[in-house]
Amino acid sequence: MAKLILRNKEFEVHAGMTLLSALKKINIVPESVIATKNGEMILEDEILKDGDVIKLIMVISGGSI
Amino acid sequence: MKCRKCGEKASVNMRQHKLALCKEHYLEWVPEQTERFIKKYDMFTKEEKILVAVSGGKDSLALWDILVRLGYQADGMYIGLGIDGGINYSDESRRLTEKFANEHNLKLHIVDVEKEYGQPIPVLATISHRGKGKPCAVCGLAKRHEMNRIARDLGYDVLATGHNLDDEAAVLFGNTLVWESEYLLRQGPVLPGRDGLARKVKPLCRFYEREMTAYSIARGIDYIYDECPYAEGSQSIYYKELLNQMETTRPGAKLTFYLRFLEARKSGDLFIEKNVEAAHLHPCPKCGQPTSTDDFCSFCRLIEKAAAQTAVQ
Ligand code: SF4
Ligand SMILES: [Zn+2]
Ligand SMILES: [Zn+2]
Ligand SMILES: [Zn+2]
Repeated sequence: MAKLILRNKEFEVHAGMTLLSALKKINIVPESVIATKNGEMILEDEILKDGDVIKLIMVISGGSI
Repeated sequence: MKCRKCGEKASVNMRQHKLALCKEHYLEWVPEQTERFIKKYDMFTKEEKILVAVSGGKDSLALWDILVRLGYQADGMYIGLGIDGGINYSDESRRLTEKFANEHNLKLHIVDVEKEYGQPIPVLATISHRGKGKPCAVCGLAKRHEMNRIARDLGYDVLATGHNLDDEAAVLFGNTLVWESEYLLRQGPVLPGRDGLARKVKPLCRFYEREMTAYSIARGIDYIYDECPYAEGSQSIYYKELLNQMETTRPGAKLTFYLRFLEARKSGDLFIEKNVEAAHLHPCPKCGQPTSTDDFCSFCRLIEKAAAQTAVQ
């Protein structure tokens, strides 16, 4: 299993799937996050391995200037 | 995916440009592109003094970082809004802004709304009854007022803000939904200055929010990740989410939406009916329907071509 973390939420997905499929599976719009593994950014075609911990960073911020 | 420049493993993929880059080349690409937009939209020169509105968020800190790297004279301005929201929002964003300024040896002006005017933003909003229970209207007003004031008092030529393409597209989307023609005609990368008002520019207006996040991460910029607590549930976030859903299935949709708008606005044709074509219409020799081409209408030409091809086969 691989783990995806978004703020204080955690999701587990099967190893062997791509990051893109994993995001779809847990209902996250890929365009709205950046994924990092060990502090480095990874792309949607990355295949998740057993024990991977992927940190998802939200890209949207709101408010106005 | 591989970096287009060096073939190493890519860290950022920009589907709307069909471009993937490694971290190193991405950190080069973003400032290069910014420089291109600054020139394209005639934002400012190396001789002018720029005041960057810095909030401690990823966009404004990245903008400051990029402008300084490109060799522009860019000082920062931070406005203390006095927003706590249980997460110490203002204190934390100020700390991160000051940290960035110190680490890079940059000049930062700080205005604290409460010190200057007696009350923090949320209190001013309550007292004034403006903005349906949210302080955003008052906050926006105060920020614009204070940025203009500092720019004018300290002699800055230009005010730069970190608005990215998602910010701009969300505003455009909102204004289009209700056909706010006044606002539509004013929205753009540059708002010219007037007597007592500095020119306003948005050098990041063609980068996706996602790209600015990637830049800040790649550059190691320590920015405030938590939203302003009042941003939750805002219309702008709602529009951004909608646009991102569209972007996911149609890469480049956001970019086209914004750029085509800028083109239409620049051409001066937005909302103005064109009559030029009507003047050149003449009947198609074959079917008699009005057409602007010299010969047969487009449909008749299509049928001719199809007939010719079937004959060949
Ligand atoms: S969300 Fe509203 S209150 Fe918060 S910084 Fe933005 S405009 Fe100001
Ligand atoms: Zn590279
Ligand atoms: Zn005033
Ligand atoms: Zn015809």
